[in-house]
Amino acid sequence: MNTVVEQNGRTTPAGQEDARNYVTPEVNIFETKDGYVLQAEIPGVNKAGLDLNLDGNVLTILGHREKNELQAELLHRESSAADYRRVFELDPAIDTAKIDAKMDQGVLTIHLPKSERVKPRKVTVSD
Amino acid sequence: MSNLTRWQRPDLSVWPTFGRLFGLRDELDRLLDNPLGELTRGSQLLSVWNPALDLYEDKDNVFVKAELPGMKKEDIEVSLHDGALSISGERKSEDKFQDAETFRSERFVGRFQRSVTLPSEVKGDQVKAQYKDGILTVTLPKSEAAKPKQIEVKVD
Repeated sequence: MNTVVEQNGRTTPAGQEDARNYVTPEVNIFETKDGYVLQAEIPGVNKAGLDLNLDGNVLTILGHREKNELQAELLHRESSAADYRRVFELDPAIDTAKIDAKMDQGVLTIHLPKSERVKPRKVTVSD
Repeated sequence: MSNLTRWQRPDLSVWPTFGRLFGLRDELDRLLDNPLGELTRGSQLLSVWNPALDLYEDKDNVFVKAELPGMKKEDIEVSLHDGALSISGERKSEDKFQDAETFRSERFVGRFQRSVTLPSEVKGDQVKAQYKDGILTVTLPKSEAAKPKQIEVKVD
């Protein structure tokens, strides 16, 4: 059975080369009998800066960092200024109409439920 | 079958020395297997969580920002000691996915600790911290002595 397969997050279709670099966010993916749960770490991105795009069964996560509101001199920097991007190819068993997502303290959680027809079910035997 | 062990004079110190040599060799191998790039950036390779830290200052404050996605506010500890700010905490694994099958597990679980020496003296009792969108911002007001002062010089 297919699973949630990741595509190369850094490639863009030919002709649409994007010079910008992206940070690939760290993810956890869990599968339960009802579906998948994907968690991605995108600190510095709020709901407004998040762009989730579903094209067929390809899910693209794009997170734009909020502008730094500090009007201060930078002395030392370890964080990246680049936006986040990662692309996943979804299991065809996922019911793409029922995907939902939420943001909490820089962690994006996406619920990807499996469609009813593929869920395991008990068949009752009649007499 | 009898044991085939090389006889050794018990007072010979050769073996312990070799032991130390091998230890050193392992140590060197370990260092060579971890080029600098991985030591500084690839936190997962060393299985240590090193949250990114940014340091700013303006004329009144020092600001420290740390990327700490998915923490609980109460699991973050901020402390000030001897002119150094220390941020530590722990991210616990989630129980609700204990029974689920894990496809990918890249997010770090466990303790972290970062310290930064502050560029100037601050008022320890007026330090504030805010946690938003997975980023902790600590604001440390500079002590009066550390603030830049405009000194008027009277020219006769």
